[in-house]
Amino acid sequence: MFETFFTRALIAGVGVALVAGPLGCFIVWRRLAYFGDTLSHSALLGVALAFLFQINFSLSVFAVCAVVSMALLALRQRSSLSSDALLGLLAHSALALGLVGLAFMTWVRIDLMGFLFGDILAVSWTDIAIIYGGGAAVIAVLAFIWRPLFAATVNRELALAEGGNPARTDVVFMLAMAVVIAIAMKIVGVLLITALLIIPAATARKFSSGPEQMALIAAAVGAVAVVVGLFGSLQWDTPSGPSIVVAALVLFVVSLAPVGGIGKRSPASDEGA
Amino acid sequence: MANEVQRAARGNGVAKSSDEPLVRLDQAGLRRGGRWLVRGVDLSVSPGEIVTLIGPNGSGKSTTARMALGIDRPNEGSAMRARGLKIGYVPQKLSIDWTLPLDVERFMRLTAPLDTEKMMAALDETGIAHLRKAEMRHLSGGEFQRALLARAIAREPDLLVLDEPVQGVDFSGEVALYELIGKVRNRLHCGVLLISHDLHIVMAATDSVICLNGHVCCRGTPAVVAESNVYQELFGNRAARTLAVYEHHHDHTHLADGRVRHADGTVTEHCHPDDGHHEHHEQDDRTHDGHARGAAKERHDV
Repeated sequence: MFETFFTRALIAGVGVALVAGPLGCFIVWRRLAYFGDTLSHSALLGVALAFLFQINFSLSVFAVCAVVSMALLALRQRSSLSSDALLGLLAHSALALGLVGLAFMTWVRIDLMGFLFGDILAVSWTDIAIIYGGGAAVIAVLAFIWRPLFAATVNRELALAEGGNPARTDVVFMLAMAVVIAIAMKIVGVLLITALLIIPAATARKFSSGPEQMALIAAAVGAVAVVVGLFGSLQWDTPSGPSIVVAALVLFVVSLAPVGGIGKRSPASDEGA
Repeated sequence: MANEVQRAARGNGVAKSSDEPLVRLDQAGLRRGGRWLVRGVDLSVSPGEIVTLIGPNGSGKSTTARMALGIDRPNEGSAMRARGLKIGYVPQKLSIDWTLPLDVERFMRLTAPLDTEKMMAALDETGIAHLRKAEMRHLSGGEFQRALLARAIAREPDLLVLDEPVQGVDFSGEVALYELIGKVRNRLHCGVLLISHDLHIVMAATDSVICLNGHVCCRGTPAVVAESNVYQELFGNRAARTLAVYEHHHDHTHLADGRVRHADGTVTEHCHPDDGHHEHHEQDDRTHDGHARGAAKERHDV
């Protein structure tokens, strides 16, 4: 009943949202929003490199994001650097470098808007295969490192003292994030990837009493946002990527309504320490 | 020259014989930002042994525990842990961000799976079984400490490292938790490295007390006070059995500006390397009245 391009868009978008939800929870818990921004903005560098060397977009973006995330991880361990200012600097520098790099390649004719804000209506079945293949790999890895990663999120030193290896789980997590950025770029574009990671997770927080539950709800919220956003963009002829983010935002605002919270807070002792 | 050596355990798992320490620091020191946080620390914890660290704020108690745990590698000296050592750790500070949905039950399973029976037993022992579904960030200070302790003991560790485990707990609760720590030690025959928030009152079951102030100022055993009428009046019967007084024997004083006054009256910028390493004090140095009142007064002042 729908055009096939629209069906493909739905399948691709829901696939990305299902992975972005659980990963986004860790980004919210670990306060990595800026980190995610930096990483996704550097994806444009990956696009420029893909054009330059005639290689696959997703592969090139993943490679660049992986390198940048490892570099950021190494920088972050030097506590002397102010991470906030540093990330702000790197995020926009990476974006600008990507844009300038693409401009130099005068022989390349591309739709820049598609990379910045996504071009979900143009996804092919190959893209969908990449999204679901990469997504399944990320979910599997995340499930495997879930307990140590969550323990290190709550308290890194506690996890380390009790036999965990937070440095290793950090690396695995960053690689998973690079994969998600590579597969999500086509859907919402480099400027809005962080939104797809964070907003569903933030929406899920209010309805969750445990981390696993929050990850599942975030995935569901993201999928709903994709469906609502795509239908909205079809209805009102708005750009698809931003429409998905707006739909996610609407869900978040609705979740803030007082009726939304179904007594998840214990009324007991809140005297503080 | 950080030489962190994992001692090869004999056979499988952790050596349980009491002559083999679970963890040992040997002249360990940690330097941060060009400053020694602590140095020259000798310490070992054997199975079934309780070692208490005391000292003023910033004296390097937590740093010492962190070196023992392997969180920080010593910049000089060495830290050794028995291979396969299972540690239960109660950190001094743990904040749960509001974005983290985490109830007590999930917190108990933070670093390893745990069957419900053991979890409930640990929560019962610490007196917070009724809070198993409560969110961690809604717990009061005392309840939070109990949850931390419950999680650490439910793991049935070989070594418990407790960084001010009774902070924010009221006095009778403090006595009960110290009793529990002693009970857990007896049941699991685990080593306990305990950091006390009090400079003078320690757990009576403590085998050895180490007083730190950037280095080991003195070490010894606590004076048993259960027989002393003064303490029974002050603490009550039960507390007097659980708590003990540690009498410091320093040959130097740390001045407010960080300098050190020695027994002979000289003042230097730093401690002498050989300061304060009294291996053991006379253990029959029981509380006579003068000491007792002094310590009692301290308790009120705290």
